[in-house]
Amino acid sequence: MSEPSKEVNRHTIAVLVDNEPGVLARVIGLFSGRGYNIESLTVAETDHAAGLSRITIVTTGTPMIIEQIKAQLGRLVPVHKVRDLTLDGPYVERELALVKVVGKGEKRVESLRIADTFRARAVDSSNNSFVFEIVGAASKIDAFIELMQPLGLTEVSRTGAAAISRGNKAI
Amino acid sequence: MAKKKMQGAEIVIEALKEQGVTEIFGYPGGAVLPLYDAIFNQNAIRHILVRQEGGAVHAAEGYARSTGKVGVVLVTSGPGATNAVTGLTDALMDSIPIVCLTGQVPTHLIGNDAFQECDTTGITRPCTKHNYLVKDVNDLAAVVHEAFHVARSGRPGPVVIDLPKDVVMALGNYQEAGTAAAEKYSPRIKGDQSAIAEAVRLLGQAKKPIIYAGGGVINSGPKASKLLNDLVKLTGAPCTLTLMGLGAYPASDKQFVGMLGMHGTYEANLAMHDCDVMLCVGARFDDRITGRLDAFSPGSKKIHIDIDPSSINKNVPVDVPIVGDVGSVLADIVRKWKAAKPKQDKAALKKWWGQIDQWRARKCLAFEQKGEIIKPQHAIRRLFELTQGRETFITTEVGQHQMWAAQYYNFDKPNHWMTSGGLGTMGYGLPAAMGVQIAHPDALVVDIAGEASTLMNIQEMSTIAQYRLPVKVFILNNEYMGMVRQWQELLHGGRYSESYMESLPDFVKLAESFHAAGLRATKASELDDVIKEMLAIDGPVIADIAIDKAENCFPMIPSGAAHNEMLLGPNDKADKPISEEGMVLV
Repeated sequence: MSEPSKEVNRHTIAVLVDNEPGVLARVIGLFSGRGYNIESLTVAETDHAAGLSRITIVTTGTPMIIEQIKAQLGRLVPVHKVRDLTLDGPYVERELALVKVVGKGEKRVESLRIADTFRARAVDSSNNSFVFEIVGAASKIDAFIELMQPLGLTEVSRTGAAAISRGNKAI
Repeated sequence: MAKKKMQGAEIVIEALKEQGVTEIFGYPGGAVLPLYDAIFNQNAIRHILVRQEGGAVHAAEGYARSTGKVGVVLVTSGPGATNAVTGLTDALMDSIPIVCLTGQVPTHLIGNDAFQECDTTGITRPCTKHNYLVKDVNDLAAVVHEAFHVARSGRPGPVVIDLPKDVVMALGNYQEAGTAAAEKYSPRIKGDQSAIAEAVRLLGQAKKPIIYAGGGVINSGPKASKLLNDLVKLTGAPCTLTLMGLGAYPASDKQFVGMLGMHGTYEANLAMHDCDVMLCVGARFDDRITGRLDAFSPGSKKIHIDIDPSSINKNVPVDVPIVGDVGSVLADIVRKWKAAKPKQDKAALKKWWGQIDQWRARKCLAFEQKGEIIKPQHAIRRLFELTQGRETFITTEVGQHQMWAAQYYNFDKPNHWMTSGGLGTMGYGLPAAMGVQIAHPDALVVDIAGEASTLMNIQEMSTIAQYRLPVKVFILNNEYMGMVRQWQELLHGGRYSESYMESLPDFVKLAESFHAAGLRATKASELDDVIKEMLAIDGPVIADIAIDKAENCFPMIPSGAAHNEMLLGPNDKADKPISEEGMVLV
């Protein structure tokens, strides 16, 4: 067989799991134990009646590693479905971040102006601070954070990616 | 009418009975006392009391591997569970179905650093196929049923059920095994038909085919071994087996080219290197098999059958992956082959066999037994010859003796060879032999051992005595950790750092102290008589065979080398120094 590609790519993987104790530890332990990367990981219950949670993992690797990651996830007993959104077609990926900016005067005004362009909302404000809420692709949030840096950025909380395929097909 | 409530411990025992369990290997302790009480009050399940929990898991592994059933272990919380970890990891690496029940402190104490508490599910998560912590007595039966289903389905493996003491003491409802477990977990059995058709096409066109089979064939059951046989005969291809696969194809057959890999035969490894179509059946291209990956069988089309999708394309990219049970896929291949009747290139196959015969003529396993110093190869060979005609099961420890056993003891049937392949656990063989003997009370069970390995679980001689198990421990005694010494000789300038053991026990007296017979051979002329006497004794025996201390395992693919860079014997090593990259590997 021809030499497999060594190119490292970013993949977003959606995993449907039983919402039971230890399942997240199982998934994280798999990544650390086998030396795979986690760029971000989000988890929450998505179907209370069926007791299912959805984990969205952003990872990087060569095609062979990505295939391994999916196969290894798939053989965990509480895992129901594994979907590689990056490979399976167009998908929407969003992340939410809360960004605290402390400052006065011109910097404070400038941070508001930038927030406006990014469609970020101020969800908390005091005399000398804002907490902005911004939603978007990871790259947009990265850009926002970079711009806030000189304007008094003090703290960031990010959710990691949530993602879903486009179109009428469900997982 | 509502069913009578049962105590949790009784529910566990009832569920084990429903799963067909007749033997459990275990060791009691505070957290599992209610379970031991329930065992005391019934006769359907026999408990085998081991001397250390690690021995219980290896015994269950031997039991499982020799019967095809799930092996069952019962240990207490804390140290009971942590002692079981090595065995669980061993079973995970070698795909052995085990259900291990561990005691746990009562639920209200979990997380409080209570006496004999440990985070069993946390510790065993990476070394089990799955594990459970049961917090409600009404879930107990269903969890036990599911655990057995998970342990034996798909790629088999160990499953832990952690049982807090209050849960097994509470009253609850019993639930019979239904279909819930199978609905929750159902690995693919049947292979993709178009991939199978492609496999038949490739095999039919092959000029230099090889069939490389492993432990998956054994796990799939004796029917899979029969189908492997059929396919090898139909295709006329050579067949090689991994360490875990020995017995899946008869060693006595002329199409068998021997074990492959680091200490495999010259003909098997060169045939792997030079083949044009490789069919891998239930094996996983691990580093002991492939040697240097970038030089592994460079010119071949590869077909891989495995029930575990994660085994496919893990180390070696393959052209035709087939996910499914080996038995089911082999049946489909054989059927399709018979229907298609492919026109094979007979001339090419003849030439291929001519080449293989030339490699065979190198006689890579030849050895010379001269004088009175016993060659280990000779000792195994004589053991093999003198045990013919008896139903014989062989277990091994880990090291040189293990490789010699694999090379010089020929297996014609599956499930008769128990060895720690993946994890390489010294101390596996003695308890495993115990488990095999429990399952097959009338068979001959021999643990081919090294003196260092066997000391790691020597306490199990006491279990062997208690249950009057006629296990034979055949020690190839070179007073060294032989494989460590061999690598130190080849890679570290002969600096034998800590690989020699002073003050070894007198194994004859040791045997006697455990109510077993002790025998010793120090000269080649004594060997046959000692083996015959060992086989004649109706009870446990330790036979201490003093072998050549300097002998090494050959042939050998040095670490970091390719299949066609094998060393055939001690004289081969001078001109092929082991690379630095190779030294890093284990």
